[in-house]
This record gives sequence, structure tokens and C-alpha cells, in this order.
Amino acid sequence: MEKIREITGYRRSDGRTGIRNHVLVIPAVACVNGVVNRVAREVPEAVCVTHGHGCGRGNPRDMEILFRVLSGMIRNPNVGAAVLIGLGCEVSNFRALEPHLERIGKPLTILNVQDDGGSLRTADKGSEAARRYREELKKQHREPLSWVDLLVSIECGGSDAMSGVTANVAIGAVSDWLVDQGATVMFGENTEMIGTAHILARRAKNREVAERISEMVDRADELNRETMGELAAMVITPGNMDGGMSTIAEKSMGCIAKGGTRAINEVVDYGAVPAEKGLILQDGPGYDADSMAGFAASGSQLMLFSTGRGTPAGFPTIPVIKVASNSRLYGAMQDDMDINAGDLVEGKPLNALRDEMIDLMIRVINGEPTKPEANGMGVFTFMTVHPPF
Amino acid sequence: MTHIMRDNVLIINERDNVAVALRDLAAGEKILCAGVEGLIAGEAIPASHKIALCDIAAGEEIIKYGETVGVSSRDIARGAWVHTHNLERDRWKK
Repeated sequence: MEKIREITGYRRSDGRTGIRNHVLVIPAVACVNGVVNRVAREVPEAVCVTHGHGCGRGNPRDMEILFRVLSGMIRNPNVGAAVLIGLGCEVSNFRALEPHLERIGKPLTILNVQDDGGSLRTADKGSEAARRYREELKKQHREPLSWVDLLVSIECGGSDAMSGVTANVAIGAVSDWLVDQGATVMFGENTEMIGTAHILARRAKNREVAERISEMVDRADELNRETMGELAAMVITPGNMDGGMSTIAEKSMGCIAKGGTRAINEVVDYGAVPAEKGLILQDGPGYDADSMAGFAASGSQLMLFSTGRGTPAGFPTIPVIKVASNSRLYGAMQDDMDINAGDLVEGKPLNALRDEMIDLMIRVINGEPTKPEANGMGVFTFMTVHPPF
Repeated sequence: MTHIMRDNVLIINERDNVAVALRDLAAGEKILCAGVEGLIAGEAIPASHKIALCDIAAGEEIIKYGETVGVSSRDIARGAWVHTHNLERDRWKK
């Protein structure tokens, strides 16, 4: 890269910066998803998400995740204003949520179907608020950003044998570049680190972080054996082996390659906001849809997502750049893919692909929609630990 | 018109003792990759599988991504296919 072009975004009162200026409409509990769907039809410019959670789980770990993700979705710097629609009697009712929404620093309307006149009147109030916020946010202008303001998350899903050879290696080169610019880069999927704990721990900035990495991967391995029993060996599948991966360490190296090679400065819990800059690990699940919600709650503004079999999934409030690992996929799902890392096989040098990705990333930061964004392919769901009661 | 010979393997890290086949390689096929001289595929190697860049003795580490991803269970000749048949069957090495 000869010259780094300017990047712009929206300054928030909490000091963070967004690269989008969304109005988010989100339910506190699945019971009111229909209300949110009505708002979505009334105010198509708002980002309306639904989910299947908010009640039926009372254990501390699931409560912690629930509150962190719901408040983190609203706190995410790509969100300029939000409408939270609750029911009233749910675990995540607004009184329970309020402490997590302190100093939110953005316009927020909280509605409750049981107090606001039922579903139809609540939907009307929600639509009115969303419409008003949309008009207000239109007045806000983009300002110059610095790379230090950015938290870029890295995900892979629907991987194939080339994911770890082309797409993840190219994303790793972008990750190194971002860290060198002062940005924060986060990747997770603890199940996909099994077999490489010692390698990741060696890259930790200090012993404390190294121990945290070992603990995280050991626990992922244990949980995996506990919940999958005999199937635990399926972490490396016959399909993986057909694809040329001989050991779990080799498969995991292909996954963690997407994080690049820089020192690991921190391990954060699922959905927690990192205190450090540079390369960060999220202690989160391998399931890509759940993993992305954790990144969003952590305050990520942009994601890079590699895929080999091909998934169109993006995230509702965050631009997701889709990187195809092979040219067959890029051709077959060209409406869903932003970058073809299969070009490496056709002879394109890694540096040229990396620079192409950085160039696209800058355009996306400045407002150009990614394929999942343009196609409305955002998905929102999040991790739970225990079954519902 | 110059015919550009495309690389048929990729070496991910300079420390690696294996390369990744970018397409199916036939036995006897010449390996094309910067920094690799006179390497011939000793057997058929499927796309995305590994080829030994040097002789690897039994018990030696297999290096890919610049890291140990396995240990050989027998002597592996330069140009041979490296997979589960000639690696230790341990789930992984700590």
C-alpha cells in the first residue's frame, strides 16, 4: 500500500466510533418478536432484529450472556439510536436490563407490551420512535477516524479444505496489517483452537494471557468431549481428512491462521468489551452465527468472514466482508461473496490479494455496502449454555 | 505469447517442510513453486493435501503454517504424500 486513504465514521458520546449509523429495533424477549416485525414493515430503514431468547433460563451464566448481548447490541457503536421492545414479565425485562444500559450515550426508547397498550399500540409507538431517530441520525455527518478507533472481528463458517490455505491466510495478512496500523482485531471460536493452545499461548503478551488461553482451549476441549461423547473426535471429520487435514492441530492451524501472527494481548469472555488494543481472542463458540453476536456485543464495527462451502450470512448492524476460499464458490455464489481468495491458486500474489482486501475494507468503512449488507442477509442469534426450563 | 506456468503447490510459511497441492497432482508431475527445485510428486496427491518438501525421518515433526501439526510415523521421502497413513495416530501432540 503506497498511501493509506482516509477512513470516516460517526463519533459517539462514549468515545467510541461507528462506521454505520443504524436505528436498531430489538426485542427483550422472543414473545414480542411479532411487534418488532410490525415495526420492520412500517420503518424499513430501521435495522429490526428478532431472536429466540430473553426468558426461560435463570442460571447465572445464561443471564450474564443475555444481559451482555442485549445491552451490547444497543451499545455497539454502529448503532446511533435504539428502540428496545419488551413484554414486561420476562427475565430480561427492562428493570433488570436498566443497570446494563447506564451511560448508554445514545437515544433509546424502551417499550413494554404489557404497559404500552398491547402489541399493536406498542408497534405504533416503536415505529414512531424509529422513524424520528432515523430523521435525527440523518443530520449527523461522518468525521475522520483513526485505525485505533476500529475493532475488526474475524470469523469463518462453512469452511472447506482451502479455507485454511487461501482465505484464512489472506485474512491473517490483513489482520497483521490492521494490528500494525493500531487497530484492534478479535477472533474467537474456541473449539477451533483445540490442539493449538500451546502455539497460541506462546504468542501471548504475558504469562497471565498465556494461562487464560490454555484454560479456554482446555475447557472447550473438555466441554466438547462431555457434550459430544464418542462424537468428540468429529472435531476432525472424515470430510476434513478427505480435504487433506491429517490432525486436529493442522485443522486448527488453518482456523487460527485468520488471526495473523501478532502477539495476543487479551482474552475476553463472550461479548465482553476488550480493554486492550491489538490482537484479542474471544472465548466464544465455533458456531458462526452465535460467534458474530459476541463480536457485536464486544463493540466490533466490521467483520471479515471466510467461507469455502459458502454461507451468505452477515450481521444486521455490522458490515461483513465475505471472503471465498476458492474460485468455484466465488463463481457459484457471486452475489454473496466480496473477495475471491481462490485467486491465490490462479497465481495472484498474497500481497496483492491482501492489498485488494484492505482497499475494499476502506471503502466499506466509508459506507460502501458489503454483499450481505446489500442483500439483507444479517442474522442475529446468540449463545446459551443450559437448556430452557 | 508466453505461456505462464502456474504454481501447483503453495508453501504457507518459509519454515514448512510440506507444501499444499493447489490441484490434483499426478505421480511423476513436476512441482512448480518459487524456491523449489527439482521436486517431483512421488505419487498421486489430491488437491489441498500435503507433499513432503524434503526427506522426513520417522519421529520428525511435520511443519505447516510454521508450526508443528503432526509427527511422522515412518520415513517419508521428498515428494511423497503426507497424510494420516504416515503420521502418528495421536489425536494431537501437546
